[in-house]
Amino acid sequence: MTAAAIPAGVTAPAVKQRRAFAAVLRRDLLVTWSELPVFLAQVILQPLFLLFVFGKVLGSLGYTQHGYSDLLFPGLLALTSVITGMQTLAFPLVIEFGWTKEIEDRLLAPMSTALVAAEKVLFASLRALTATLVMIPVGILVLGSIPWRWSGVPLMVLAMVLGSLLGAGLGLVLGTLVVPQRINIVFSLVFTPLLFTGCSQYPWPSLSRLPWFQVVTACNPMTYVSELMRAALVPEVPHITPWVCIVVLVCSLIVLMAVGVRGFYRRAID
Amino acid sequence: MTAVEVSELVKRYPKSTVNAVDGITFEVAPGEVFGLLGPNGAGKTTTVGMLTTRVKPTSGRAMVGGVDVGADAVRARSMLAVVPQRSNLDRSLSIRRNLTFHAAYHGVPAAEASARADDLLEQFGLRERGDVKPDLFSGGQSQRVMIARALMHEPQVLFLDEPTTGLDPAARLFVWDRLRELRERGVTLFLTTHDMHEAALLADRVGIMDHGKLLALDVPEALMRGLPGSSTLELSVHAGENGHTPDSLIGDFERLPGVERVEPLPQDSPEPDDPHWHVRLYVSGEASALVAPTATLLAERGLSLSGVELGEPTLEDVFIHLTGRTLR
Repeated sequence: MTAAAIPAGVTAPAVKQRRAFAAVLRRDLLVTWSELPVFLAQVILQPLFLLFVFGKVLGSLGYTQHGYSDLLFPGLLALTSVITGMQTLAFPLVIEFGWTKEIEDRLLAPMSTALVAAEKVLFASLRALTATLVMIPVGILVLGSIPWRWSGVPLMVLAMVLGSLLGAGLGLVLGTLVVPQRINIVFSLVFTPLLFTGCSQYPWPSLSRLPWFQVVTACNPMTYVSELMRAALVPEVPHITPWVCIVVLVCSLIVLMAVGVRGFYRRAID
Repeated sequence: MTAVEVSELVKRYPKSTVNAVDGITFEVAPGEVFGLLGPNGAGKTTTVGMLTTRVKPTSGRAMVGGVDVGADAVRARSMLAVVPQRSNLDRSLSIRRNLTFHAAYHGVPAAEASARADDLLEQFGLRERGDVKPDLFSGGQSQRVMIARALMHEPQVLFLDEPTTGLDPAARLFVWDRLRELRERGVTLFLTTHDMHEAALLADRVGIMDHGKLLALDVPEALMRGLPGSSTLELSVHAGENGHTPDSLIGDFERLPGVERVEPLPQDSPEPDDPHWHVRLYVSGEASALVAPTATLLAERGLSLSGVELGEPTLEDVFIHLTGRTLR
């Protein structure tokens, strides 16, 4: 292990960075794979219960109108993508930066710090996408049938991808802003409002009867994922025009990623 | 090419009124073991942070393995490895995977990484524990794993931050032995420590740091030799019949070159007519060089030297001399 044995500069930096990126992603996928049941339980349980209680139980008892579950299901796909993306990124990041310092070995890998952040976003998005896809068979099982249009699938996939990225972006911002001592309070302060103001349980246009709440929900980017998902699967329900949703989501993503990567640099480099 | 080259390096943290590192300049040669010694808060960790791309310098330049750390952090990271003070092992992976994934991050091909991991696990006494996750590891075991992990990509410079702080004596000896082996294999080691003994034992050269400045930098022996009057020479003199007393000789001793101060010591024998008396000479430079001159001086006066004891200064003395305070 002498200095002479090292083929310094033999591998082009770009190739080297790509390899490092792939290895870090492989590490994350391996860890997820080795705890797959835990992962699935973690991401499915919450939407499953929401679906069961609001879609099935309340409907069977006659408290919700017929067709409510059709409206709820796309919203829950949106919710699953955003929340899973956020949780996957934010919680471990706070712990890694603040407590276990596990991330240091990756920060010292021959790749730019922005790429370390990008890997986190990509991995969180992949997990969120997986969880959202799993919700489709779960929905069929719980509800018996789900609203489905093949012609809406491309838009649905776009909504899933944007929702997963949005969740990851929110997670990156939260994960780099929050210190470990505050993790509980911050997450409960952010998580619950996010969960219930994202229009996953009601379509946004119908809120015209509650104008102040309509304004609040318009500020939650998750609203646009829910609306996009409804446009894809239940276009007969009044919804925000898809292109508006896409523009808002892309703009939100740009802002979140910029703030998140900056926060990541601040945590990674003094 | 130097392994580490630092020039006029400065770090001032935001909202701070003083520089954490205040314009330091030094070089470390390939294969050298370099020890940065100083109390907590001296700026050692910040210095290592800048050298290892984790702290952005305010000004100045740092090179590791010939790569400018500030300008090309990505390439610099291939040149170096870091063993932190506290475990940062990946708790979701087994020990062996901690090693092989580290290698993968650095682009080492899988087969090669696997062979290296086997070698290193063996060498660090971890062969049986390769499949264990690091959660339950003691400080000493984690330290061993982290050193092994650091070596997986064959870095040019290995940075160790307080490598044995908090370890029990046996674990400390084990780590010291491994570090000496690495030195023999020509790996450049850069360690920070506030343990004088560790620095004197391992380092080829020691830099002493306080308040962000490098106060002295040399081989340990030279640092100690340069210390005014802290080597001592204690003489036991067999008093003759010709009426010399210790006091009458003090002036003669003080005129010897290198002697700074002379102090007669109280008689340690309870017998009043013990023919020996004792005197301590404070010496700059090496005390042993004064044994012959003092013996000659005594012989000229009809006295004989019956015992000599050399007291060498420690790095601790050097540190106290430079900073006016103890290390902790």
